[in-house]
Amino acid sequence: MSDKVNPIAAPLAAALAREIAGVNGIENLKRLSGGASQETWAFEARQGDKVIPLILRRAPGGDREKSATAAGLETEAALIKLAGDVNVPIPPVRLVLKESDGVGRGFIMDRVEGETIARKILRDEEFAEARPKLARQCGEILARLHSVDMAKLPPLRLSTAKSEIEQYFNTYKTHNHPHPVFDLAFRWLKDNLPSETPRVTLVHGDFRHGNLMIGPDGVRAVLDWELAHTGDPMEDLAWICVNSWRFGNIDNPVGGFGQREDMFAGYEAAGGGRVDPERVKFWEVLGTLKWGVMCTTMVMAFQAGDRSVERATIGRRSSETEVDLLRLLAPLKKG
Amino acid sequence: MQEQPSAYELVDIVAEFIRVHAMPQLTGHAAFHALVAANALDMVKRELKILPKATSEEMERLRALLGHDGTLEDLNRELCGKIESGELTLDTDGLADHLWAITMTKLAINQPKYSGYVRALEEGYGK
Repeated sequence: MSDKVNPIAAPLAAALAREIAGVNGIENLKRLSGGASQETWAFEARQGDKVIPLILRRAPGGDREKSATAAGLETEAALIKLAGDVNVPIPPVRLVLKESDGVGRGFIMDRVEGETIARKILRDEEFAEARPKLARQCGEILARLHSVDMAKLPPLRLSTAKSEIEQYFNTYKTHNHPHPVFDLAFRWLKDNLPSETPRVTLVHGDFRHGNLMIGPDGVRAVLDWELAHTGDPMEDLAWICVNSWRFGNIDNPVGGFGQREDMFAGYEAAGGGRVDPERVKFWEVLGTLKWGVMCTTMVMAFQAGDRSVERATIGRRSSETEVDLLRLLAPLKKG
Repeated sequence: MQEQPSAYELVDIVAEFIRVHAMPQLTGHAAFHALVAANALDMVKRELKILPKATSEEMERLRALLGHDGTLEDLNRELCGKIESGELTLDTDGLADHLWAITMTKLAINQPKYSGYVRALEEGYGK
């Protein structure tokens, strides 16, 4: 792309000039990898002799169609602002694109420096001081995130435990390959469905490594609000404990860096209310199963023609969730 | 009785070719995908070694759990249906052992370094 100008560069610069006084161009526009359903671009805006590092989140190819499960980019931008208002660390949103901007659906936000790659966060010396604090910090952040005033929320889908189970059961049945451990887990979830949540809140829906920008000082920003919905706040406390997001550090249930008790203490101290560990366990089983079913959708994508080796092998990662489900539901008898 | 080299030996030499000869000449995305490809072949190697015996044991347990014979796929579908309906539960003799066995076989093939698998071995699985 270095030898020709990206066609979205000029309209992006024009849109920015509308919001930020003195912006007279953009540079270093490049697509970041990752983000299967939304495009993420990094670039800098020139403002006199200053440069402002920014991120563009955009619908694939600038499409203006809306997908069924994703919250939608305008909604994401609104949620980031609301979360910022209750002191959840977020990347401030600079502008939401309009149709007349000619860049498609999306928004532009500040680029927060830090690391999202789990292996670096969990192993590198740079984060050694942050690691012991992260579990409590995640609890505090989630408490604030769940405190967003429901009356101010843009329209969001309500996702209960029951509806999530139904949704993923249907996906599993569509794939039509027998996974006896998945059936065991679905049965357990149906038999152990908790009473209706005493409190329906905003739920981030994908609060885990990859979506947390972390620096040596701790969590700097909560990213990727695409799967946000309303529902049981315990869902967020459980998803980050799913073994797949511990990246090998199995004895540190919270993201591979901390203990549940520290996260729960942070949550309660920051006003999140009482944590019900049984409820969190229920959601951890559901989260583990969800990720397992998502892996099988990679098989479907591969078989439907997305022929990359990576896509093909991810499909087999569903077995990782099966051993996690058995360890949760049918633990080996210690002998 | 197929000719030699065996399927295992063929996959082994292709994986070695990718790692030793092809990968050093590749950069960026192609190098990354070559590594993923070599790892996929390692998975096939493990499957060739492990699966035949594991499958005959799986069939034996399925026949015992369901009380009749059938194809591997049909028996598995029937098992899934009976777990879904609650007819077979973790209290059913042999079900938990069966689920652990099929799962540990999958992991031994797909990802023997996975933390949950390693931990299950440490916790005494199979001893």
